[in-house]
Amino acid sequence: MEASQQEFLQHLLNGVTLGSIYALIALGYTMVYGILQLINFAHSEVYMMGAFAAYYTGRSLNLDQSPGVLSFIILLVAAIVACSVLGLTIERLAYRPLRKAPKLNILITAIGVSLLLQYSAQIIFGAEPKLFPEVLADRTLFTVAEVEVRTLDITIFLVGTLAMGGLHFLIHHTRLGMAMRAVSVNGPVASLMGINVDRIIMWTFVVGSSLAAVGSVLVGLKYPKIDPLMGMLIGIKAFVAAVLGGIGSLPGAMLGGIFLGLSEEMVVAYLSSTYRDALAFGILIVVLLFRPAGLMGTPVREKV
Amino acid sequence: MTDQHARGLFLRSMPSPFLVTAALILLGLVIENSTNAYTQDVVLWIFTNIILAASLNLVSGFTGQFSLGHAGFMAVGAYLSAWCSFRPEFQALPDLLRFTLLPAIGGLGAAIAGYIVGLPSLRLRGDYLAIVTLGFGEIIRVTLLNTEAVGGARGLNRIPATEGWLEMGLSPYLAQFSIASFWTVVTITTLWRIVHSQKGRIFLSVREDEIAAEAMGVNVTQAKVRAFVISAFFAGVGGSLFAHSVKYLSPATFSFTKSVDIIIMIVLGGMGSFTGSVIAAIFITLVPEFVLRPLQEITKVDLRMVIYSLILILFMIMRPTGLLGTREWSDFAWVKKLMRAISQLLKRGSDGDSSSSTSPSGASR
Amino acid sequence: MSDEILLEAKKVGMEFGGLKAVDAFDLQLRRGELVGLIGPNGAGKTTCFNCLTGVYKPTSGEVIIRGVNTRGLKTHEVSRLGMTRTFQNIRLFKELSVLDNVIIAGLQHARQSVLDDVLRHPRHYVEEARTRERALELLRIFNLEGKADLPSSSLPYGEQRRLEIVRALATEPRVILLDEPAAGMNDKETEDLMHLIAQIRRDFRLTVLLIEHDMRLVMGICERIIVLDHGCIIAQGTPAQIKCDPAVIAAYLGVDEKTTEAT
Repeated sequence: MEASQQEFLQHLLNGVTLGSIYALIALGYTMVYGILQLINFAHSEVYMMGAFAAYYTGRSLNLDQSPGVLSFIILLVAAIVACSVLGLTIERLAYRPLRKAPKLNILITAIGVSLLLQYSAQIIFGAEPKLFPEVLADRTLFTVAEVEVRTLDITIFLVGTLAMGGLHFLIHHTRLGMAMRAVSVNGPVASLMGINVDRIIMWTFVVGSSLAAVGSVLVGLKYPKIDPLMGMLIGIKAFVAAVLGGIGSLPGAMLGGIFLGLSEEMVVAYLSSTYRDALAFGILIVVLLFRPAGLMGTPVREKV
Repeated sequence: MTDQHARGLFLRSMPSPFLVTAALILLGLVIENSTNAYTQDVVLWIFTNIILAASLNLVSGFTGQFSLGHAGFMAVGAYLSAWCSFRPEFQALPDLLRFTLLPAIGGLGAAIAGYIVGLPSLRLRGDYLAIVTLGFGEIIRVTLLNTEAVGGARGLNRIPATEGWLEMGLSPYLAQFSIASFWTVVTITTLWRIVHSQKGRIFLSVREDEIAAEAMGVNVTQAKVRAFVISAFFAGVGGSLFAHSVKYLSPATFSFTKSVDIIIMIVLGGMGSFTGSVIAAIFITLVPEFVLRPLQEITKVDLRMVIYSLILILFMIMRPTGLLGTREWSDFAWVKKLMRAISQLLKRGSDGDSSSSTSPSGASR
Repeated sequence: MSDEILLEAKKVGMEFGGLKAVDAFDLQLRRGELVGLIGPNGAGKTTCFNCLTGVYKPTSGEVIIRGVNTRGLKTHEVSRLGMTRTFQNIRLFKELSVLDNVIIAGLQHARQSVLDDVLRHPRHYVEEARTRERALELLRIFNLEGKADLPSSSLPYGEQRRLEIVRALATEPRVILLDEPAAGMNDKETEDLMHLIAQIRRDFRLTVLLIEHDMRLVMGICERIIVLDHGCIIAQGTPAQIKCDPAVIAAYLGVDEKTTEAT
């Protein structure tokens, strides 16, 4: 096999890995948007806090001394619990009082919450990066067509797929999922049908935050330097992925995430790494201007 | 209304901006002789922040279009103005002319940027528009970061500033102060008069109900683009003043956080109140310098953004209209009473000048 | 009444994701006419209005206003052709004063520029006084002058509906489209309103297209009635003809018994 072809396959693999992380976080944006029509700016900080929760859990239990699947799961659980609690708190304290306020006010609040978490984290954790516990050794598992497939890539891909599969099951095959769908189609009517909308919104934050938590642990393993600003860029990118796929659409968020991950990897590989972060904004603007409903969303029409 | 009456009102509206500028320059004289260099710099930043807040308020408060990229327009003005001031063609001009005009050039550059951003993105509403303006702001920043002609990531250093106008008896600081107060008065007067004209009500109608406005023959897209361009122009003016008073520019200065700073000012002061923007800009400039900085020296922790973000959240939950809502200084009963008393005093002085103007305060600001 | 056609719709159709809300809607509105567009709830009346006024772009057919095809025109451009409307679910500029609401609608005829405003040029004062005076005069005709400075949202419901009509008139239209102007009013208010509509039509020499859900209201004042059901015209003619049309009776019987009893 030619070297260039092998390189391409390697980039393809990296892109899908990166993309599944974007997808995990994008799902949180899209779920909250689907139900509250709110861009939850604080989602990226929930993600960041997940990484720190896992970091401190790992450190206090000395988990990097005992790497393995169990340690990995402990980190996951710690991050999920922390993010869920944080997500719930944000919803309860900041968003719920504004449920009936103009959208602009809620948006400003969301920005406020995001900044508050970001800067509080800088004060509490310190601004300098921390080293995430290495609980899974990154070995080359096997080589297909001269492409190295490494433990972490496989883990990220598997866990990501598992989480998204679980979400799909939750949304389409459980009562909670059905209620969520009902609320996202029409909240007031759903509440007339006896659905406790507040409770569904809380669950939405729990599920969305948990997915971000999973994402944060996976990122921590793959790129072990974590810092309080780590959520900002990845948050914007995940949001772009959500918009790209059509905000409010779950399959759209997954597709958008993978697409963005792949295109970033390809831009870095074949053009220049300086354009890496501009790419997301470029895609965002093009999508919003030409197809604001995204790839899989349906356009909304204002009622006159 | 007769032509003569209209001409009378026109003549009466003329002097007040000049009087306010003159009064501000006198204030500058006092500040120069009574405070240290640091405080003097802070006062200059107040002018910049007033201009930035008032200009953003036109777009967000009055026209109802939420923009997260105001720092981007400020950056365009700052960089363009700084770049021009290095050019030999410009350095040949007399100091007074050069530094009074530079803000206009920065403003024009920013206005063009505002037009480019505004035209395509204003079809979007609400949070989508917010995200796109955020994106454009970041793109402007990244572009500056990668433009070697303006220093790239290193930024621009030793930006020329006025050397004072000795022939007029003005020291370098007072000259700078005069330029800043002149442009602040121009900004506030222009924005105020636009909004307090019938045609300015068009911006408000877009904020209130776009569909109804269109049905009444209002060109909504044009109104939004105009608001964006005017707003960007003054953001550029503010950027230029910033460049020549701080004398150092780096792309990092114009990040999303800077845009949020300006948003905090208009939220705090009240969306749709220039008076609120002025007050909040003064407050938001002074508090970090004279309260938070000393506090930081004690606690060794930078609480500025934590406090700002708390202000944002708490105001949105408890008092979403900000301090003043949409009220202006002239809307308060005691101001009205005071104005009436003054105009009566004046009338007694110059007999018989009929003053049935409906908004004497609006016209005279 | 003349034969000049001010508003013409040719086979206008509007689909939402495959669902036909309006199908092959034809209309010819002659100068001075007062035509009623009626039909049960969800018949597509408001969608018709939205197509005629350019709020929606019809998926098929053409709308011609005073000889100008509106294809590709924006809503405000359609409005400036001399056709304006009111809204079923009142859409005033809520936080602005009653006077400002009317002034904004009249601004398309004002001649000062932004520069005049900023410099407070004499032209600014002359034009503002003129626009203001015209707005006040309209308010006077509709007995709203005393409330000129109140926020429009503070008016009682019936007056808000009236203000919507005043605001529409301030654009100096030739054709006015009224979308259920009597919605939510009691019998007395409704009757007054119908007189008012007849009166403004005379005084302002207007051509009126009136949407009404309740048939009996339009019977009294309209010369011609078009009945819409499921997006299609099922009947049109004089009130007397409509009253006996079996298709109309069937459409209304199936939906709203009270209305049919009343006819």
